[in-house]
This record gives sequence, C-alpha cells and structure tokens, in this order.
Amino acid sequence: MKQSIFTVKENRKLTSDVMLMRLSGDTSHITAAGQFVNVKLDGFYLRRPISVCDVEEGILTVIYKNVGKGTDYMAALTPGAELDLLTGLGNGYDLSVSGNSPVVIGGGVGVPPMYNLAKRLISQGKEVTAILGFNKKDEIFFENEFKALGCKTVITTVDGSYGVKGFVTDALRDMDYSYFYTCGPEPMLKAVYRAASTSGQFSFERRMGCGFGACMGCSCKTITGNKRICKEGPVLVKEDILWEE
Amino acid sequence: MGRMSVNLCGIVIDNPVIPASGTYGFGYEFAELYDINMLGTFSFKGTTSQPRFGNPSPRIAETPSGMLNAVGLQNPGVEKVISEELPKLAKVFHKPVMANVSGFALDEYTEVCSKLDKEPMVGWLEVNISCPNVHGGGMSFGTSPEQAAAVTKAVKAVTAKPVIMKLSPNVTDIVSIAKACEEAGADGISLINTMLSMRIDLKSRKPLLANITGGLSGPAVFPIAVRMVYQVSKTVNIPVVGLGGVSSAQDVIEMMMAGATAVQVGAANLVNPFACKEIIENLPAVMDKYEIENLKDIIGGAH
Repeated sequence: MKQSIFTVKENRKLTSDVMLMRLSGDTSHITAAGQFVNVKLDGFYLRRPISVCDVEEGILTVIYKNVGKGTDYMAALTPGAELDLLTGLGNGYDLSVSGNSPVVIGGGVGVPPMYNLAKRLISQGKEVTAILGFNKKDEIFFENEFKALGCKTVITTVDGSYGVKGFVTDALRDMDYSYFYTCGPEPMLKAVYRAASTSGQFSFERRMGCGFGACMGCSCKTITGNKRICKEGPVLVKEDILWEE
Repeated sequence: MGRMSVNLCGIVIDNPVIPASGTYGFGYEFAELYDINMLGTFSFKGTTSQPRFGNPSPRIAETPSGMLNAVGLQNPGVEKVISEELPKLAKVFHKPVMANVSGFALDEYTEVCSKLDKEPMVGWLEVNISCPNVHGGGMSFGTSPEQAAAVTKAVKAVTAKPVIMKLSPNVTDIVSIAKACEEAGADGISLINTMLSMRIDLKSRKPLLANITGGLSGPAVFPIAVRMVYQVSKTVNIPVVGLGGVSSAQDVIEMMMAGATAVQVGAANLVNPFACKEIIENLPAVMDKYEIENLKDIIGGAH
C-alpha cells in the first residue's frame, strides 16, 4: 500500500451517470488486476474505494458511477485537481489459473476491473472472451475498448435493446471457456456462481472503513474462515464463497 | 525521560500517543507502513473468550466529521490472540502493549484477563465495558456504577497488571461510574468509547447499518470527549486516558489539558494510516508553539 497524491488529467462522462477519470501519479504499488484505490475527498470523512480499470506508466484509470454526494464531488473535479489516494489495496485476480480461454464477466460498474484483467490475460497469450452486462443500450460503455484489446466481446442488455437479450448468464450458458473472472452486483455474482461450468474468481463490494485491513468493517465469512474484503479480498475463489442469506 | 514521556499507571511511555482498540488491529498492517515502535504503545483489537465474527454487513457508515461502526467485536478469541497474534506482533513491536478485553459475563472478563495476565508483552489490561454494538454484554456493564465496579473488582483479583476501565459516554453521569471503578481498584480510566447513533438511507428507507445502530467516532465526538475527560479527571485520582475524535497534535494537547495522562487516536487511523506517526512527529513543534516544556506538566492544566 502507498499513500500519494495523484493529479486529475481527464474526467468525462461515459453515460448519463458513469464517469471515467484518468489520474497521474505513482502507480508502482498497483500490482494486480482487480485491486482498488481508496480516494480521500475534501469534506468527506471516509475515503471512497474505487476499483482500478487500467494502469500504465504512471497513469491510473478509474470508472465510477455517480451514486451520491462523494461521487458528485468527484464528477465535478477538473484536470489539475489533486487527490490523496491509497493505492495497491486488495489481493486482485490470480491469472495463473486462467487456462487458455478464460471468460471475463462484468456487470455495470463491475465492468471496469475486467478491462485491465483482460489486457493482462491477452498479453500472456490467452484467448479472452468478455461478457459485459448492462440494463439497456444507453448504459453501455467500453464495448469498443474491449474489442480493441482483442477480446471476443458479447454485450447483454436486460431489456434487449442491444446485443444478447437477458443477463450475462444467458450469454455464458452456451459458451466454452477454461475459467471465469467476474465482478458486478451481488445478484449477478450469485447467478454466475450457479451458471458457471468451471471454477472462477469473484470480486466483491462492501462498505469499508479503512480499506487496508485495520477496522474489520468489511469482513465476510468464507469456507476457509473470515476474510476482510479489503485485504484478503476483494477477489474470492468460487470454492471459498459462502453466500449470506 | 524525554519531554513527551508520561507515566501511565506505573509504566513510563515515550509519548502519550496510543492507537485506540479496533482501529489498529494487532499492529502489522501499520508496521508495514512505519516503525510502530515510535508509538507510546497501542491498544490491540478487543479480545473475547471465544472467536467472534461480529455483526452482519454493512457495518460502516459515514457521518459529518465522523463515522459509524457496528463491527461487533470481531476477533479470533483469546487463545489465538496469545498463540498467533502476540508472537507475530513481537517481531515488529518491542514495547509493552495494551490488551483490550471485552466480555458478555463477569467470568468471561476474568477468564480473558487471567490468560493475558501471563503474557509478558502485555503492559496494561484495558477492560472494555462500553461496546455499544453487542447485545447482552459490553456496554451494559458500563452503564451502572455497581456493574462497572463488579467487573473492575473481579478483573483486579486475577491480574497484577494495571487495569484501565474503558467507559461509555452513553450514560447520564459518567463521573459516578468512573468513581465506582476507582473505588473498586481500577488503576486507570479510558474514555470515551463510541456514542450510540444511527443513520437511515433515504432510498431504501432503512437504517444504513445492518445492526440498525452503531457507534459514532471521529472529530464529531471530540468536544464531548474533552468534556467527559475534564469531568472525570477532576474527580478521580487515577490516570485518565482520553480518546474520541483525536486527529492532531493540537487535539492531543487539548485532551491532556482537559486531564488526560495519555491520549488514544481511533478513527483518524482509518482515514490516514499515518495519523499517529504524523501526530508524534508534529508534537514537539506544537509544544514549542504553546511554550510547553514537558507534556506531563500540562495534564489537567485546564482544571
């Protein structure tokens, strides 16, 4: 973990309520896809945990949904603004078990961490399929970016206004793949858990206090004992997961 | 003795800054960031007889100038604390540590305290009779002078280490509870634990915390803590450890002027992992600014 100041380079809308922010700073502590950063915002007591969408040569990309006062504040930031970030948080995805043809499955704001993951898998020579799920056509983002990486990219929309009609699991069902990686809302994760034919890894979201393992605010129970989503997570392997009622 | 050192219940510590229980785990997350031996000491995660997972999620919510938590004393249980956590801690921390103990019955407090009493690393036992986030124990012992005295007496009977009773602010008369602890043999008092609070999500129309209520901490509670430390330290003759929203070297000095011998830093560690390091490094300059030669001279200076 590293605490350092980042400078906003770009902050733009991808859809009506999803924003992309690029920041420059010391990214050396971000070592795995699926890790997150914890952002301090003026006037807000707790930091905001946000997953890393992409990282390269001192440039960090995050994508966030405007859901409250904190993200409203972020959305109003302009290039040149400085932010205090904790970087290199969480375990991230384990790429070593992917096999040759992994599928990455993202839903809504669970799509961003799949981007850097897919990029890393492709750089290792894997044949990556991306299934990206949205509610409707005007909520879709990053389709072209995934295609540009060289992923076979399947978009699903719940209302059928674009791509495959239905949920990510409707696209997953008839697919052949060696392993899966997923991030998205918990009902989607549960559906993927039931539908998947292989082992895989899930990234979870929780309300956090600190984001680095000190407060036990984000703990969950797993098959192999209690885990802190911020420290031993946010990525848990399928065999470890105990769904809470 | 350096100009920042204070005597806390018979143990001299290099400076009065102590990370508060529940915000510092067992120290290792912070030991990766800086040398935690610069601390006066730290109070480790509240320990119970049996392992506890704590409350369901969400356990954390934000407030203006603070936060709510309803973690509910998640800890591995005293056996594992002794067999796993303390040996790991011994590699990175070489000072007496403050052991924070919690319980749901008198005999649980005495069981945990008598086990920790045998650990040479443990300097003080901080007995939490003030956790607002557990049911049928915790705070219920800290809300009546008789119960608080009963826990103090029972714990004192099983340990030779200094016993610091950690009090709840969720009471009408904190002074009577502190006095009861002193009369029952407590070596020190620490206060305040968090304030019972809640928030509601406007969209779902439900409490933000799964536990419904939680404990408020952070700068929002600092003036309340200063007031209670002042009132208690004016009345008792044992050292008071002040905590509640302390976030800066200035806050440490204010808390000591109110009557604290040592000062704990809680929520600030969660927002700024370097909070305690920065406070300790800033203290000499802030002392100079206010013409304070030795910190121990200002304890209770506002009385």
